[in-house]
Amino acid sequence: MVMADKPQYRVIGTRPLRPDAIDKVTGRAQYGADTRQSGMLRGYVLRSPHAHANIRSIDTSKALAYPGVKAVITAADFCLPGQTVADLPDLTTNILAGSKVYYHGQAVAAVAAISDEVAREAARLIDVDYEVLQPVLDVREAMLPGAPVLHEAMRTRTPEGPGAEPSNIVAHAVVVFGDPEAALADCDVVVEGDFSTRMVHQGYIEPQAATAMWNPDGQVTIWTAHQGSFPARQATATILNHPSSKIKVVLTEIGGGFGGKIAVYLEPVAAMLSKKTGHPVKLQMDRVDVFEGTGPTPGTSIRAKLGATKDGNFKVYMADMAYENGAYAGTAANYATMVATACYDIEHVRLDGYDVVVNKPRTQDYRAPSSPAAAFAMEQLVDQMAEKLNMDPEKLRLQNSSREGTRGSMGMPFARIGHEEIVQAALDSDHYNSPLEGPNRGRGTASGYWFNVGLRSSVNVTVQPDGTVALSVGSTDLSGTRTSLAMQLAETIGVDFEDVKAAVVDTDSVGYNDVTAGSRVTFGTGMATYEAGKNLIAAMKERLATTWNVPADDIQFEAGKFSSPDGSKSGTFKEIAQLVVGRGPGLTVSGSVNAGFLQGGGFAHHIVDVEVDPDTGKVQILRYTAIQDVGTAIHPAYVEGQLQGGAVQGIGWALNEEYFYDDNGRMLNSSFLDYRMPTTLDVPMIDTILVEVPNPLHPYGVRGVGEPPIVPPLAAIANAVAHATGVRQYQLPMSPRRILQTTGKIEE
Amino acid sequence: MSKHHVITRINGEQVEFLTDPGTSLLSALRDQLGLTGSKEGCNNGNCGACNVVLNGELVNSCCVLAVEINGAELTTIEGVADGDNLHPLQQSFINDAALQCGICTPGFIVAAKALLEREPDADEARIRHWLAGNLCRCTGYDKIVQAVLDAAPEMRAAARA
Repeated sequence: MVMADKPQYRVIGTRPLRPDAIDKVTGRAQYGADTRQSGMLRGYVLRSPHAHANIRSIDTSKALAYPGVKAVITAADFCLPGQTVADLPDLTTNILAGSKVYYHGQAVAAVAAISDEVAREAARLIDVDYEVLQPVLDVREAMLPGAPVLHEAMRTRTPEGPGAEPSNIVAHAVVVFGDPEAALADCDVVVEGDFSTRMVHQGYIEPQAATAMWNPDGQVTIWTAHQGSFPARQATATILNHPSSKIKVVLTEIGGGFGGKIAVYLEPVAAMLSKKTGHPVKLQMDRVDVFEGTGPTPGTSIRAKLGATKDGNFKVYMADMAYENGAYAGTAANYATMVATACYDIEHVRLDGYDVVVNKPRTQDYRAPSSPAAAFAMEQLVDQMAEKLNMDPEKLRLQNSSREGTRGSMGMPFARIGHEEIVQAALDSDHYNSPLEGPNRGRGTASGYWFNVGLRSSVNVTVQPDGTVALSVGSTDLSGTRTSLAMQLAETIGVDFEDVKAAVVDTDSVGYNDVTAGSRVTFGTGMATYEAGKNLIAAMKERLATTWNVPADDIQFEAGKFSSPDGSKSGTFKEIAQLVVGRGPGLTVSGSVNAGFLQGGGFAHHIVDVEVDPDTGKVQILRYTAIQDVGTAIHPAYVEGQLQGGAVQGIGWALNEEYFYDDNGRMLNSSFLDYRMPTTLDVPMIDTILVEVPNPLHPYGVRGVGEPPIVPPLAAIANAVAHATGVRQYQLPMSPRRILQTTGKIEE
Repeated sequence: MSKHHVITRINGEQVEFLTDPGTSLLSALRDQLGLTGSKEGCNNGNCGACNVVLNGELVNSCCVLAVEINGAELTTIEGVADGDNLHPLQQSFINDAALQCGICTPGFIVAAKALLEREPDADEARIRHWLAGNLCRCTGYDKIVQAVLDAAPEMRAAARA
C-alpha cells in the first residue's frame, strides 16, 4: 500500500540483485570462521561447569606443559599493575571470569596451540578450584530478600537513590503519566494478567569467531563477524588497556546477529593470546558455547492491567515488569518502559521496570529488545478488553491508536507514524476478511512497536575514472544494507544502481560508525550516504567551475545532469565524472552524521490463524500476514524478507523456544536438536503488506524495518490460541506440553 | 596416532590427503582442503549448513568422518556452479532475494539440488519436508521455498534435454 503523497524515485523502490549474492551462493563468501592467516594458531576457551561459584585458584601449569601449547591465559593477564582479578570490570570478567563465575558456560581460561584438538585437550588439564554457591534462576525469586546475591556491591538504583542493602535488583525504573490509581477506580472495565516469557536465544546460524594478530610494534588486527567494528574495537581496547587507534578491526561476512553479536567475547582473548605467542590466533565457538556462553535475551515476568470506559476508550495501563539481565547489570526493563504503551493513546500510565540479575548468561539485545514480552502482555489485554466489550479487536485498536502528536512512551509527542494505517490495512486485508472455519481454529492479531535508533555513521565515496563510484561503508551488513545504501547513493547522484559498488571496509578506512543495531543502517548510514552524495555533487561542481569557467554556485544539477547557467554545456554524472576525475586527480568525499538517538518509530501489526490439536497440544500456523509501516521501502524484497524473518523468529519464541535449566543452573538443551527453532515444516508462506508512511526525519522517508516484526507474533499467536481453545495463555512458550496443561489435559 | 591416506573425488577432481581417524569430513574440507563453503552451524547434524552430497546421498559433513570418503564421489557447494555458469538454484536464490546473511545458503542450495535432481516435480509441501533439516534464522523460509519452486522448471527442462 502506497500513500498518495509518495515522491517518485528512480532507483528507490526497485529490486536490483544484490552484488554480494554470487559469493554467498557459491560458498566463496568469507565469514568469521573462514579467516586464515600465515602461522595461525588455534585457541580454545575453557568454560565454567557451575552457575554460581567463587574461583579460589586456577592452575594452568599442566596445560602450559602440554606438547603443542603456546600460551594459556586467565583474567589475571588483563590486570594492570597493582590490580587483582576482583578489581576487573564486568566488561572484562564476562570474557574471562575474575574471582567469581556467575553462569554455567562463563569463560574462565583460554589456550592457544598448534591445533584445535591440542588446545581442547590441554584445556582439560587446567585446574580450577571452585567454591560452588547456590544459584538463583527465577527473576521473581532473585528479587526476594534472602535470595543468593550475585554481586555484593550491587545496590538497587531507584528514583529515590540507591538502596541500602546488596540486592539482585539492578534498578527500579518508574514511569508515571497522569493519575493511574485514581483513573483505575473510574474505569468501567479492567482486564489484567500475570504474564511470563522464557529466556530465548537469537539463534544466528554462525557461531562467533574472531582472529587476532598482535604485531611487535603494538599494531593489532582483528578479523571478526561482529555487528559493529568500531564498538568492538573500543571494547577490545578497553579490556586490553591498549589504544583503540592501534587496533584495526576487519569485518568478515556475518552469519546473522539480531543483537547477539554486539558484545565482544573472543576478540580481546584472541588478541591477548596473539600478544603472548607472537602468532595470529583464531578462536571460534561451537553451538554449545553459543547457547551457554553468549548473551540470549531475557526471560520476563509482567503483571499488567488495562482499564477502559464502557465505550472502549483506554484510560489507564499499569504494569510491573521484571526482566532477567542475566549475570550482570543491564537495561532490559528500562527499555520495556520506553515501548510498552507506544501503540495507544492512554492518558494514565504507571510502569515499574525491574532489571534483575540471575545466574544465567549476561543477556543481550534480540531484535527490538524487551518489546516482544511487553507486547505479549499489552496486546493480550487489548484482546481481552475487546472480548469484554464485545468489540472487534482491530476496531478497538484503531479507536485508541497513537498518531502524530500522541504522547509517546518516553513523554515526547510522536512525529508522523503509521500505526492507524497498518491496523486499517489489517481491517481491509484479504486475510482478515476471509472466514476461518473448522474446529480448534482461531485467529489472533496484535500490534508492536520499536523506537529504532539513529546514532553516528560515516561513509566514503570515491569516483572511479570511468565515472562509476565506490561506496565504502563502516556499518556491518547483516542482511543487505550494502545494497540499500548503494541504492540511496544512486538516487542522490543520479546514476544507475549498477554504477555504485558498495563494500564494508575496516576501521582505519572510514569514519566512526556505531553498531549495526536498532534498525539504523538503512536509516542512519543512509543519511550519511545521502550527505556524501550531496557533498560529491558539490565537489564535482567545484571542478566543473574551472573546466567550464563559470561560478560553481551557478551550475545546476537536476535529474542526474549537470548544466551550465546558460544551458550551453551539460552532461550526466558519469560523463562529467569521466571529464573531471577520469582526466583529473582522484576524488573521494565523505558523509558523516549523528542521526540522533531516536528515529520516528516503527509499528508492526500481524494476523495469524492457528489450529490447536486438542490431543497433542501442537499449535499449527495455518496462515500468517505481517503488516508494517516501513516508511519508504528502499528495496521492497529485502523489506519483505525482514518482515518474514522477524515473524518466524517470533513464532519460534511463541511456540517452542526456551532455555531449560536444572536446579543447579546448568543449561540442559544447548543444541539445535533440543532448542527448537522453526524449520520449513513449522511455518507457511508469510504474507506481507508494506504500508509506506514516509519518516519525516529521513531525506527519503526511511524507517528502520528490521526489528518491529518480531514484536507482535507472541501476542498475536496467544490471542489466536485463546480463540481456538477458549483458554488464555499467560506463559511462553505455548509448547504442546503447556497447551495440554492449560487446557486441562495433563497436570501442571 | 597414525594418519590415514584418503583418495577421493571432490567436485570432479581427484584429491588426496592425510587425516586423523577422528577428523570429521567438515573439518577436513574446511581446515585441510581449503573448501570453506561448507559451514559449521552446530557440528551435530541439526542445522544442515555443512550439507554435501556423498555418492549421491545428501549428508551432513559434520557427521561423516573424513576417512569414510576414501574412494567416494563428493560434491560440495564449490562444485554446484558449472564454471562461470551459476546453477539454476543459485540464480533463483539471487533473483528471489532468498538469502540475507547467507551462512545457511550453501547448505540449502546443496540440499535443494539433491531433492530436485531426484524429484524435479516436488511441490511446496515436499520441498518443506525435504528442507526441514536446514535451519535459516533470517528469512522465515518463504523466499527460500519460493526460490526452489522457481528453479524447478529449469531443472526439469535440463533433465529432459
